[in-house]
Amino acid sequence: MLAILWKDLQIELRTKETLAALLLLGLLTLLVLSFAFDPTSPLRDAAAPGVLWVALVFAGTLGMNRSLLRERDADCLQGLLLAPVDRGAIYLAKTAGNFLVMLAAQLVLVPLFVFFFNLPLWQTATRLAPVVALGLLGFAAVGTLFAAVSLRTRAREVMLPLLMLPLAVPLLIAGIQASAQLMAGAAVADVAHWLNLLAAFDAVFLVVGWMAFEYVVEE
Amino acid sequence: MSGPDLTDRLLPPATIGLMLAALYLVFVAVPSDAFQGPVQRIFYVHMAMWLSTFTAFGIVGVASLLYLWRREPRWDHVGRAAAELGLLFCSLGLATGSIWAKPIWGTWWTWDPRLTLTLVLWMIYAAYLLLRTLATEPTQGATLAAILGVSGVVDLYLINRAVYWWRGIHPAVIVNREGGSGLSDPLMRVTLVVCMLAFFLVFLWLLRLRLRTARLQEAVDDLRAALATS
Repeated sequence: MLAILWKDLQIELRTKETLAALLLLGLLTLLVLSFAFDPTSPLRDAAAPGVLWVALVFAGTLGMNRSLLRERDADCLQGLLLAPVDRGAIYLAKTAGNFLVMLAAQLVLVPLFVFFFNLPLWQTATRLAPVVALGLLGFAAVGTLFAAVSLRTRAREVMLPLLMLPLAVPLLIAGIQASAQLMAGAAVADVAHWLNLLAAFDAVFLVVGWMAFEYVVEE
Repeated sequence: MSGPDLTDRLLPPATIGLMLAALYLVFVAVPSDAFQGPVQRIFYVHMAMWLSTFTAFGIVGVASLLYLWRREPRWDHVGRAAAELGLLFCSLGLATGSIWAKPIWGTWWTWDPRLTLTLVLWMIYAAYLLLRTLATEPTQGATLAAILGVSGVVDLYLINRAVYWWRGIHPAVIVNREGGSGLSDPLMRVTLVVCMLAFFLVFLWLLRLRLRTARLQEAVDDLRAALATS
């Protein structure tokens, strides 16, 4: 499992193509959504956490598609499946890889978000870190499973968001709500129920993905 | 399969009879609601949709799990038929609900937790059906759809919590429990029960028909495959 993860990370470190694409798409989403709000209106600040999460979701969806497409393009998935490892382990490695790449993208995106929305950097970044990390983990868990599913369909790129986003509704609501409250200065204890929900989502979909991945990749 | 069995013979007349009774009760017999007026009559049909919708989505979850476990095409047919009907009744339920809400709440839609949850469910099962059409081969599609079916059910609790907390923190503008004016007249309660039963029978009937179609389709496919190889 660690070997697969290491291989994926090495490819990413050498090419940096997914990371670059993620960053640009995330940045573009921030830009496009900024046009939706009058820059002088207080509405814009209220919408800020939502904007961050939408950027995260769009960028994440793209990255997830890439990570499995790469395996398919050169029939590498075949090789992986022939290797004497549990299919669940392949899933966990892929999920971990996606998680780390998205996390790396966030390390740049969140400061940019702070920059565009004129927020206190240190405070925002440290307070949002646990929410974003839990959100990304759940997103990687559900996304990796359904990226593998959509790989098996005809309309690959379209299918992933269609399958994943409705299931990720609790993740989005919890992430946006917790971020909004934390950015407004709420104590961590006040958003504990959202963090619990995020953690529960992560746990549930890691288990579902780990168990179901075998069915997805079998011939 | 040897001819229609007892259920197949009894179900259509029972459904039609009960449906006629329901229509009579809803449009003629039952008194209009004192506050809401005649609009409230759609409520009987609206409530009737949800029984079938949630039964259908429950069946999808169980059938998906059984399919992944046993790998029998039977469970796949059940899951697919139930998902199609669940989506149909869910759409009708959302539509009748909106028609009722416009004059009563003054809006077609509110982000009330129950409405939000239903819309998310609708999305999940719409994706479920789309996944089956877009799968590259049928058995693969069945497996993939079953995974989504199971995930949907597993996710249900989390979605439920999320939407309730989401709206719980910002109280809804309109606080109104459906049927809040109360079904005071006993005839109203009778109408509701008859209506729910009638639509539930429609659901069961359609489900059986859909399953039979699926079985026939499978038989045709097998024959075609046999012909192609011979």
